[in-house]
Amino acid sequence: MPGDQTDSVRAIIQRDLDYDDRATVVALDAPAARAMIPASGDKFNYPLFAKLGVVAIIRPQIGLTGMTVSMYDVATKKLIQSGNFSIPGEVNGRSWRMALHGVSDEIGRWIFGKRGAARSRVLYVGTDGQVWVIDSDGANPRKLTSMNLALSPAWHPNGNAFVFSGFTSRGSQIGLYSFETGDVTWKSATTRGLNITPVIAPDGHTIVYANGAERGTDLMLADLDGDAEARRITVGRGSDNTSPSFSPDGRQIAFMSGRAGHPELYTMDADGTNPQLLTQYNYGEQNYRASPDWAPDGRLIAYQSRIAGSFQIMTIDFRDHTTKQLTSDGENEDPSWAPDSRHLVFTSGRSGQHQLWVLDSESGRMRQLTKSGGRLAAWSPLFK
Amino acid sequence: MRLSSILAASAVVIAVTACVKRPVPLGPVTTPSVNQDSLNKWRADSIARADSLRRAEEARQRAEQDSLRALREREQRDAMSQTDALAVLKATIYFDYDQSVLTDAAKTALNAKVPVLQSRSGLRIRITGHTDSRGSAEYNLALGLRRAAETKAYLVANGIEASRIEIFSLGAERPAVQGEGEEVWSKNRRAEFDPLSGGAE
Repeated sequence: MPGDQTDSVRAIIQRDLDYDDRATVVALDAPAARAMIPASGDKFNYPLFAKLGVVAIIRPQIGLTGMTVSMYDVATKKLIQSGNFSIPGEVNGRSWRMALHGVSDEIGRWIFGKRGAARSRVLYVGTDGQVWVIDSDGANPRKLTSMNLALSPAWHPNGNAFVFSGFTSRGSQIGLYSFETGDVTWKSATTRGLNITPVIAPDGHTIVYANGAERGTDLMLADLDGDAEARRITVGRGSDNTSPSFSPDGRQIAFMSGRAGHPELYTMDADGTNPQLLTQYNYGEQNYRASPDWAPDGRLIAYQSRIAGSFQIMTIDFRDHTTKQLTSDGENEDPSWAPDSRHLVFTSGRSGQHQLWVLDSESGRMRQLTKSGGRLAAWSPLFK
Repeated sequence: MRLSSILAASAVVIAVTACVKRPVPLGPVTTPSVNQDSLNKWRADSIARADSLRRAEEARQRAEQDSLRALREREQRDAMSQTDALAVLKATIYFDYDQSVLTDAAKTALNAKVPVLQSRSGLRIRITGHTDSRGSAEYNLALGLRRAAETKAYLVANGIEASRIEIFSLGAERPAVQGEGEEVWSKNRRAEFDPLSGGAE
């Protein structure tokens, strides 16, 4: 398809479908595209495509008010799907790119029945100790906070805000950042001491975070709106409990605890009752399991585990507790699930500096997401 | 009566009138006994008395100057101890890998801080715990806090009021030394002490 804008559109959609890992994209450069696809109409060279193993042809067409995407089935040689999309904003601007990611996700739904995860962003901590955000394809990294230190960002389920642990001259408090205003409001006024690792419940109204004091570090439950007193939901008794992660139905919390003498993963009901050890005790080895993240579809919990001296990314099936190791080189930590419950973003030191990488949990395929450093990532829900 | 007796009476009258004009000393009238030894002794006593008064005055002035000098010296000495005391208070203590238990060296350093804190009742401090770069970043924040809490508990057990000590943690986020290896890690597993308010007694 001719034109700078269209090539850019094709490049973005192609990349999204490639990163999606469900389909193999046959990338056509402009000359090949011109040779195999008519400038107008739908007289495709289907036999040639069939020989290449192509099953579907995606054709975006840019119009004045937006774009039309058509999908042709090679086997039946027919148009089988079509859609109109408005692509607002300046070409190649942030909202323009994010709108195109939405198109890619819709194409994924046409082909596989389930949307892709391109229309999303990743929060993380940059090398400057502030919270940054980056598009799912690595574009537009942008700094959001400005204080002594900002750690452990976690999204609001509406995708419009996030909580984090903010260190200022007044100590460490849980902050809520609004994308709409760019402002931070402080949410842990009722708990003095160290306030870290917050998450927002799927209902959007409750936060759970870790509060450290003389008695140890415990998980606290508080209203996100309002000033009610936070409530302690782990046992105390001098143990250290951090890094909560809600199940998608909001009924349970996975978290990390040192109560057994070394860090392991536990689950409990969201009110703090019924704590259970999640990760298996390996006798003869000093285990260290940390940073649980519950997948959006509820099935797997990703985490990091020390194996032969280095941390690796693991998943554990919540039902039957079977585990799978996903990385093996270098130090790999702090996984966070993409909204497709298939891809994970995590921190790796493999390139020398802490960078974020994306991993396909099914194929093992990996790509580097950040170029200027990143850690403690949190992948957003799909943006509406 | 013959004339000679009348004249005699007039002479007596005149004589009496002349005595009355000279002032008559009051008080006991002692007749100086013109004893030369007593006189000498009296003179010597007076001199001795004057001398001892003068010497007492000189001694008093010297003592005043001495005490002023002593005060200045003590103030100077206190000023130097203030600097030493601050150094003792701010001295960092170190921990073993993955531990928040206090080592013997740490306890020795903490023992030295106790009298400094006891003699400065208005002084409050913050203890900040740190870890080396190994382990989960989030769990290290909790481990750092545990180190600060153990340190505080030791000071409290040694008589410092708990309300004077704040605890905090920066986990692995602010290493004292960058890099990897035990040489570096051992310098980062630490608790730091910062005075908050108050000062001299």
